Order: sequence, then structure tokens, then C-alpha cells
Amino acid sequence: MIPRIYIPADSGALALGAEKVARAIEKELKERGVEAKIVRNGSRGAYFLEPMVEVATDKGRVAYGPIKPSDVKSLFDSGFLTGGHHKRWLGAPDKIPFFAKQTRLTFARCGINDPLSLDAYKSLGGLRGLQNAVAMAPADVVKQVTESGLRGRGGAGFPTGIKWKTVLDTAGAQKYIVCNADEGDSATFADRMIMEGDPFVLIEGMAIAGIATGATKGFVYVRSEYPHAVATMNKAVAIARKAGVLGLNVLSSPNAFDMEIRVGAGAYVCGEETSLLNSLEGKRGVVRAKPPLPAIQGLFGKPTVINNVISLASVPIIMDKGAAYYKDFGMGRSRGTIPIQIAGNVKHGGLFETAFGLTLGEIVDDIGGGTASGRPVKAVQVGGPLGAYFPRSLFDTPFDYEEFAKRDGLIGHAGITVFDDTADMLKQARFAMEFCAIESCGKCTPCRIGSTRGVEVLDKVAAGIEAEKNLALVTDLCNTMKFGSLCALGGFTPYPVMSSITHFPEDFKPAPARVAAE
Amino acid sequence: MTMQAASTEIASRTAAIIDEMKGLEGPLLPILHSIQEEFGYVPKDALPVIADGLNLSRAEVHGVVSFYHDFRAKPARRHVLKLCQAEACQSMGSDAVAAKVKQLLGIDFHETTRDGSVTLEPVYCLGLCACSPSAMLDGEVIGRLDDEKIEEIVAEVHS
Repeated sequence: MIPRIYIPADSGALALGAEKVARAIEKELKERGVEAKIVRNGSRGAYFLEPMVEVATDKGRVAYGPIKPSDVKSLFDSGFLTGGHHKRWLGAPDKIPFFAKQTRLTFARCGINDPLSLDAYKSLGGLRGLQNAVAMAPADVVKQVTESGLRGRGGAGFPTGIKWKTVLDTAGAQKYIVCNADEGDSATFADRMIMEGDPFVLIEGMAIAGIATGATKGFVYVRSEYPHAVATMNKAVAIARKAGVLGLNVLSSPNAFDMEIRVGAGAYVCGEETSLLNSLEGKRGVVRAKPPLPAIQGLFGKPTVINNVISLASVPIIMDKGAAYYKDFGMGRSRGTIPIQIAGNVKHGGLFETAFGLTLGEIVDDIGGGTASGRPVKAVQVGGPLGAYFPRSLFDTPFDYEEFAKRDGLIGHAGITVFDDTADMLKQARFAMEFCAIESCGKCTPCRIGSTRGVEVLDKVAAGIEAEKNLALVTDLCNTMKFGSLCALGGFTPYPVMSSITHFPEDFKPAPARVAAE
Repeated sequence: MTMQAASTEIASRTAAIIDEMKGLEGPLLPILHSIQEEFGYVPKDALPVIADGLNLSRAEVHGVVSFYHDFRAKPARRHVLKLCQAEACQSMGSDAVAAKVKQLLGIDFHETTRDGSVTLEPVYCLGLCACSPSAMLDGEVIGRLDDEKIEEIVAEVHS
């Protein structure tokens, strides 16, 4: 047997030098005259161990990481091709605590094999969900997704099955499936990982959505900041088309479904579903007023399912193992699993898929291992740039849509950014307003003007100019933005701002007092 | 530095791109991406050709081009360095990284060095949030920026 070496080609691993490691391994193989096959897999998501190199041995996979090009010689010297011991030896990947503690449903295959091998995809259960779906009546597919309790993983948490039912029940000569892959929130990279590490699961999910609702055309709108994901998705679509997974007869059934990959152009607001639709149509990415819902009048005015990557990628396992299997995980009204992305100043950063219900403290302290800097955790922003900052005193909050809402927060796309005690929350609040001003589409006044005024007023607070009065003004402004904005950009910017003011009032004291306090 | 193409040449190359892509549903963004790939920017002279080809007003085309951060009105420089300035990178000191890069290059964000070798831009999230602070140099991703990596980048763009 020729040994197989797995070296990730995921962007995160590449950013940490995986390409140089791959070249060093190739060179070493050549110099030593050793024959081995190099497979470029996706990432399993433990970025603190990337680049993580794996070797397939008689006793299964053995992982080593993080590997630097300078480690490669010694890896060969210690016989890593047969799983030999080395200072970077990690053992069987699924026994590494970070992975062993996870429940991987959506990410079951991500990072294990060559993402563009359809055979490898099928060997690990791929296409079974679609196979089941093509044999079912559309309404039954919708029913199964509804019963699974799956809710929109993009952040809004709207039940996926209900959205699909509206599209199924709306008559239309042409219907569309649109996948929102405009993953612009800081701290989130789950969509990117799936597109780079297991693209067929997204294609399968979209095909199921098409069959369930009567849509024959799909679009994936990927942000331009993800060139690797775009390239992998384009290749995967071509392979799926050739294999008959996409086309006029999906898996030899009478159902037609095909799809295209489209690239955004650097506008954060296009992650909002209606502005994304405008952008796909070739217009300015300006938010549309709802109603009409996209499910009734979406892309080009036609009934459209618009779902996040993770929502769609979670459908194949539901159609494979059944609604009850998926629903069995989770708590309350948050069913199934959620890929939590642990990011920022954290020791063990990466993607951790688990059933809903872990507390924020367990995620940050136990799984994340605290800060990378070793200093105390001051704040954790949950849900991206529009999510609230949580202090340690709220670390008992369980990861659940409703529980976070009760504490004036949101789980959003499940990204969490950890900050140590050097964070200045006034600066973070100001950044939230500034970001909203940069990215506002300009359609509604509270967002367009409110964000700019918000920056100015917070600057006054920072300068110690009538701090109390100006903080009251910010609070009032946030209220206007929250209730008066058309979409979540203006509507949710108050979350990071108000949570900073509420939980970290000491950072908003007038400048002289702050200096004195230090 | 890329030479700016003559307007007649822009028109003919733009028309060819439009011809190839106008059958797509919602073709404007893919066309603009192709034009930027072709010329390194979206030339002003291409806009009336697009408007004509897609039966849109020039104002509509201008509106779309100017809405998106990605479309450049001037030719791209030899290198484009994007530094992530979003929250996850902030938590790992992206402010200090930006300050150091700006000082070493002698420019601010949205500016180009005097020798025209590099344009510096902020970016709000590269999806490398567990490898912060991060950057993208000409499409290549770089994570966990430290002084050593910053100096390497600066040396590369100046070489």
C-alpha cells in the first residue's frame, strides 16, 4: 500500500503555511525516494492545530500538528508515514479532545477527504439524503425538514421547513433556490469551511431544496473575500453535473435542478437576504421592504427559497437519517446541532459543532481554553458585528436562540469573538457604529444617518464632553435604529453598542475619570 | 504599473465580454467582475458600452459600480495588501498591525505607495477569525500576523 498523506488546502490552513508544508513534504519524499500519495483535504476546523498533517496507516489515521516546514525533516526521521512518534504527534484525529467532544452532523465529512472526490463523498454517506428525497413527494420532503426543527443558521433562526412550504405552495413557472454564502460576520467561517471542505453537501442540500419546492435553478452567492471557496464550489458543481447529481434528471429521477456560483463584490449588507437578491439581479445591493416575502416574490420576482449555507448543508443528514434523529439533539426550540466558531483572542480557536445547550462559559473556558494572550477574558461578542458583547457574569447563558434573546443578545451565525481585559469597550461600541456607517446601503434613514451620528456622539463621550448627556443620546439613537431600520444592519447595530454600555459602564466614564481609575 | 488601455480598445474588449455573458440571469455583476479581471479596474469608458449592451441607463450602471467596494475606478497596482480590521482581528491587535504596516509603507488605508508598488486596503473579515490577525496579499491569505510576517510582506511588495 502506498502511504497517503493528508495536507489541508483550506484557506485557514493555507494562511498558516500549509502550502509551504506541502512543498517541504514533496521535496522530502523525492529526496528520500519514498513513494506516497499526497491528498489535499479540507480542514477539520481545529485552527490551533493547523496546519494539521494526517497519515493513513494500518491502524487508521494519525495526525500531527501544528506543522511548520522546518518540522518536516524530523517527521520523516521519526517514521511518521507509519504513525511514528514525534513532538507534534496528536494520535487519531477523532480522539483529539477538541474533536472527540463534538457532535458532527453537518460537518461529518468536512476535512476528512479530498473535497472534490465524489466517490469519497459517497463512501461517507453522501447523496443518501438526495436519493431518499427524489423518491418522495415534495410535500413529504418539506414535512420532514419542518419536523426536524431546523432553523435558519444564517442568524434569524426562522424555521427552514416553513419557508420551504411557502415556496412549495406558491405557484410559479420558475422558482429559485438561493444560497446565502455572503458570510461577512467577523468570527464566522463555517460557510467557508463547508464550501472548501465538503462542497457536495451544499450541492446536495440545494438539490433537495429544489425538489422539495419545485425550483429548478439554484444560485450560491459567495463573497469575493473567499476566492478559494469560489474555486472549489465551481469545480464541485461541474463534477456534480457530470455525475448526474445536477441536471435535467437529478440522480436519474424526473426532477431537474442545476445551479451556478455567483461572486459578491465586497458589500457586507449583501448578506441581508433582500439586498443579496438585488445584487444577484445585477442591481445595487439595497435592502427591499418586506412584505412581499422572498418566498413569494424573490429573485426576479419569482418564489425563492433563500437559506444560509449551513441550513442547506444540514438538510442531507435530515433526509438521510430522518427528522427525529436530528431533532433529538438540542434544547427547547433550538433543535439539532450548531457549528460554533470560536475566534479572536482564544487559545483553542476553531469550529466546534455540537448540540444546542452548552453554556457560553463552557464554550469559552473549557473548549476555547481561555484567551490566547493568557490574560483574563473581558468580553465575548456573540453573533458577529451585530451581536452583543457578553461579560463573564452572563457566561451561564446556554447556547440557544431564545436564551440569548432573553439576555438582549443573539447567536446569529454562531461566531464568538473572545476579547481579553485590554479591550476598550467604548472603542468597540464606536467601531460597531463606524462599521454600520461604512456598510449601510443607504436606503433607510436610521441606519444611514444614525450610524454616522452614533460615531460622533461616542467620540464626544470618549473626549469627556457631557458624557452622561451624550450616553443618553446614544441610547435614544439606538432605540430609533433598532425599531426604525429596514433590516438587521441598522436594526442590530444597537446590540454591540448597548451591551457595551450596559455591561461595561466603567469604559464609558469621562476621560479624566478613566485615567484616574487606571 | 498597468498601462491604461485606450478607450476604443476598452470598448471593444468590453463588448466581447458582454456578448459572452449577457445570456446569464442577472449578468451585470459577473460582467463587471470579468471587466475588472481584464483591465485590473472598471474603466469609465466601459460603462456606456455596458449600459448599451444590457439596455440600462448609464446612471444605473454607475450606481451599481459605485455601490460595491470591490470595483476599482483606477488600475490596480502591482500588489494589493488587504488588512483585516474586523472584531476577531481587533481582539488580536489588528490596530497595532495596521499602524506598523502603515508606518513601514509610509501610506494610510486606500493609498498607494509613491513608487506605485502597493495599495493598502482595509477588509472586514477574511473568514480567518481563528487565525487572527489576518491579511490578504494579492489573493493569498496570511494568518497570525506578527512582526516577522509583516516585515516579510513589506519586503515582498517592495521587491
